[in-house]
Amino acid sequence: MSASVASSPLEISAAEEQTNALLTPQKMDHLRALEAESIYILREAVAEFAKPVMLYSIGKDSSVMLRLAQKAFFPGKLPFPLLHVDTSYKFPEMIAFRDLYTREIGAELIVHRNEEAIADGASPWKLGTQNCCGALKTRSLLDGLKEGGFDAAFGGARRDEEKSRAKERVYSFRDELGQWDPKNQRPELWNMYNSRLRKGESIRVFPLSNWTELDIWLYLYAENIPIVPMYFAKEHMAVRRGNQVHIVDQWTKLLPGEKPEPIMSRMRSLGCSPCTGAIESTATSIPEIIQELITFRRSERENRAIDHDEEGSMETKKREGYF
Amino acid sequence: MATQAFAANEEFQAFLDAHLERDLLRFSTAGSVDDGKSTLIGRLLHDTKSVYEDQLLAVQNAKVNRAGGKRMDLSLLTDGLRAEREQGITIDVAYRYFATSKRKFIIADTPGHEQYTRNMATGASTADVAIVLIDGSKGLLPQSRRHTFIASLLAIPHVVAAVNKMDLVNYSEERYREIEAEFVALGMHLGLRNIQTIPVSALEGDNVVEHLDNMPWYEGPTLLEYLENVPLYEHESDAPLRFPVQLVQRPDRTFRGFSGTVASGSVKAGQKVMALPSGKTTQVKRIVTWDGDLKEAHSGEAVTLELADEIDISRGEMIVCADARPHALPATSTHFSAQVVWMHEEPLVPGRQYLVKHTTRTVRATAKKIAYRVDVNTLHRADADKLALNEIGEIEFSTTLPLFFDPYRERRATGALILIDPISNATVGAAMITQALKEEAAEQESAPRFAYLPGEHAVAQQLLNELQNSGANAVLLDDAYISTEALPAAARAVQLAGAVAITSRELHESSLADIRIFSRVTRLKSNQSLSAMIALLNADAKENA
Ligand SMILES: Nc1nc2c(ncn2[C@@H]2O[C@H](COP(=O)(O)OP(=O)(O)OP(=O)(O)O)[C@@H](O)[C@H]2O)c(=O)[nH]1
Ligand SMILES: [Mg+2]
Repeated sequence: MSASVASSPLEISAAEEQTNALLTPQKMDHLRALEAESIYILREAVAEFAKPVMLYSIGKDSSVMLRLAQKAFFPGKLPFPLLHVDTSYKFPEMIAFRDLYTREIGAELIVHRNEEAIADGASPWKLGTQNCCGALKTRSLLDGLKEGGFDAAFGGARRDEEKSRAKERVYSFRDELGQWDPKNQRPELWNMYNSRLRKGESIRVFPLSNWTELDIWLYLYAENIPIVPMYFAKEHMAVRRGNQVHIVDQWTKLLPGEKPEPIMSRMRSLGCSPCTGAIESTATSIPEIIQELITFRRSERENRAIDHDEEGSMETKKREGYF
Repeated sequence: MATQAFAANEEFQAFLDAHLERDLLRFSTAGSVDDGKSTLIGRLLHDTKSVYEDQLLAVQNAKVNRAGGKRMDLSLLTDGLRAEREQGITIDVAYRYFATSKRKFIIADTPGHEQYTRNMATGASTADVAIVLIDGSKGLLPQSRRHTFIASLLAIPHVVAAVNKMDLVNYSEERYREIEAEFVALGMHLGLRNIQTIPVSALEGDNVVEHLDNMPWYEGPTLLEYLENVPLYEHESDAPLRFPVQLVQRPDRTFRGFSGTVASGSVKAGQKVMALPSGKTTQVKRIVTWDGDLKEAHSGEAVTLELADEIDISRGEMIVCADARPHALPATSTHFSAQVVWMHEEPLVPGRQYLVKHTTRTVRATAKKIAYRVDVNTLHRADADKLALNEIGEIEFSTTLPLFFDPYRERRATGALILIDPISNATVGAAMITQALKEEAAEQESAPRFAYLPGEHAVAQQLLNELQNSGANAVLLDDAYISTEALPAAARAVQLAGAVAITSRELHESSLADIRIFSRVTRLKSNQSLSAMIALLNADAKENA
């Protein structure tokens, strides 16, 4: 398919991995160790919850999580549907990729939108980023979960992304309203996860908890996993705002004096178009992205407006039910 | 940003190899409140250049700063919750990640406050190394002892004491030696295998990543040097196989596989294996993975086993080596004793019922007896009639169905369990099995039997009649007014009344898992004779008694 990354002569083939495993039985390299941990978590949740669903955000972490699920339930099919919370502000490339890829792997896809808020014209300009996220993402997610009667939802969040995520359990307990209470989390020892729930309660399961951004890229590379092409640099009509690049599209409100120009740039993290900035980059392949990553001095979520409205804003959103 | 592309593919391959070769070390912090754990982790991240500029800027601009002067309050790098920043303490574990050219590290920075001991245990349970912080100006506090004790119970392979705030005691060698002696004595008493102490100042960054000139008398490694070089726990290569079945996969009629993670030892294609508790033996036909079949799978690997014969194995049962000598088999028992760290406001009381989650098996358990409670200050054992929040003791348990286990000290993966309150669903305790106990036959409740005949209502009705005619108590749970969700509870009630539970309703895997908590599920087929069905039910029941 067109979205797939250029296959590389450096690809670590599965066969090679296996022989390596046979040669050095005691030591698993750290990616294989992370992979095994995630597969264990995915299987455990599928065995213990009545109706799990996977939150699919189309980004690189979702791509890794999806591959891990394919591995966990091989040779069977995915034993749960994917749920995409569509805010209507996603980049068109993301939606195209979503539809193509989920069809290709034969996954069942549920798309949930808060149609009422969208019809009301909810937007970051009108509501502010916090409230816009609240309506189009959090509310919509909670409604989507409730409608489907899901008692567990897999999310691709990683603890290295943000300081309140660093505090979260692999099994993150949510009350009947979908809320997180960070001061009262269940103890979680070893790999013994407590899946016991009362009616209406649910658990967010984070199989990628211990993966870092670099691990994700190394794995995407080693496994040759397709990702949205926007992660690779190309010339976009864009404007510079501070140390960010903002790609100009149908939603862009140009500020006085701003004039779009072609800028080589790419997305480091994918979100809604109005609130997610790009970075200047010439990286057009995963090795180049990795090379760039190890020289980065700034964090991955810096280009997300929502995380920076005020100190602890991610925590606030998570308490309310965001994942 | 100008990016130098990797000069050649070979260069990237070399980078990749070097990166993948690094092993993974997990460590956690421990110690009393305000000893400087979070500051130390912040210092470690800062001095290894593992913090992004925007995150550092956020710390500089934060409203709180307990470091004093123009210094950055590095504890804010891990204390990420609003309440933590406001109260100036750590409440729950923060996980952080960094790497050096030698190793990748997963850090669990845990709270020192006694109220949050359960969160300390959460962070420590997966650690290879525990760093116990000791405030040099205060010495060993009760909480330092408690945490060191918990680290020893969890059998963390390495425990290192970082004697912190050396700047507050004029970098005095004498003071350091005093604390060192006290800690070594504690470690020996607890039987810790590897003990090390390092004098540091987290605030000034001395002996964390760099050696400054303040403590010329100290010639040992910095904390980072220690973490980079401490030998990683080696798995024994000839450890016996333990494969707890996590999930049975039946994608179509031609394939039935048992998915799980090898908890100990290794499994080979063609090997003779045995299923517990049935004791039935067969061979491993294939070791299936998405990346292709394996010849062999080792401890820590997640695979799917296809077996040569069709034997009935469910989640929560265990596959082991068939020709293992008896001592290489796990104990199979409904009675055992375990060291328990209690984590709930409501105390553990003998006679109370809990759920036990052990490997992939969840069963009902009764706390029979408190053998002793440990006074964490003196480490002496004392009699007790309950175990309150944060207390530690040895408890005897009995379970409704057998567990397959090893003593925790021998094998962490098959010796650990958690205790769950069956009403509130809270995780109330962590337990490390010490040994199997003799079963007291008189106490056994009548063996629970559950006959599962999905989609075969007429046959289920015949089975009911047959059982009743032969004088056995049996109840058919097919009425629509019992919701499928309520069925496990109904089945339990029927069994407690001494009857066989039968259903022909189609149950979801998770409902079956709920039933397996208290009963063996015997799946019957309509082409079997009624007497064969009853024989199967009785055989399964006996197996579990
Ligand atoms: N003088 C001095 N002060 C220090 C040092 N390390 C930490 N502190 C201070 O000690 C106080 C407590 O530090 P934290 O890092 O929050 O302590 P903690 O052990 O993480 O505390 P809890 O997580 O709440 O148990 C802060 O005011 C720190 O600035 C040190 O080496 N020297
Ligand atoms: Mg702290």
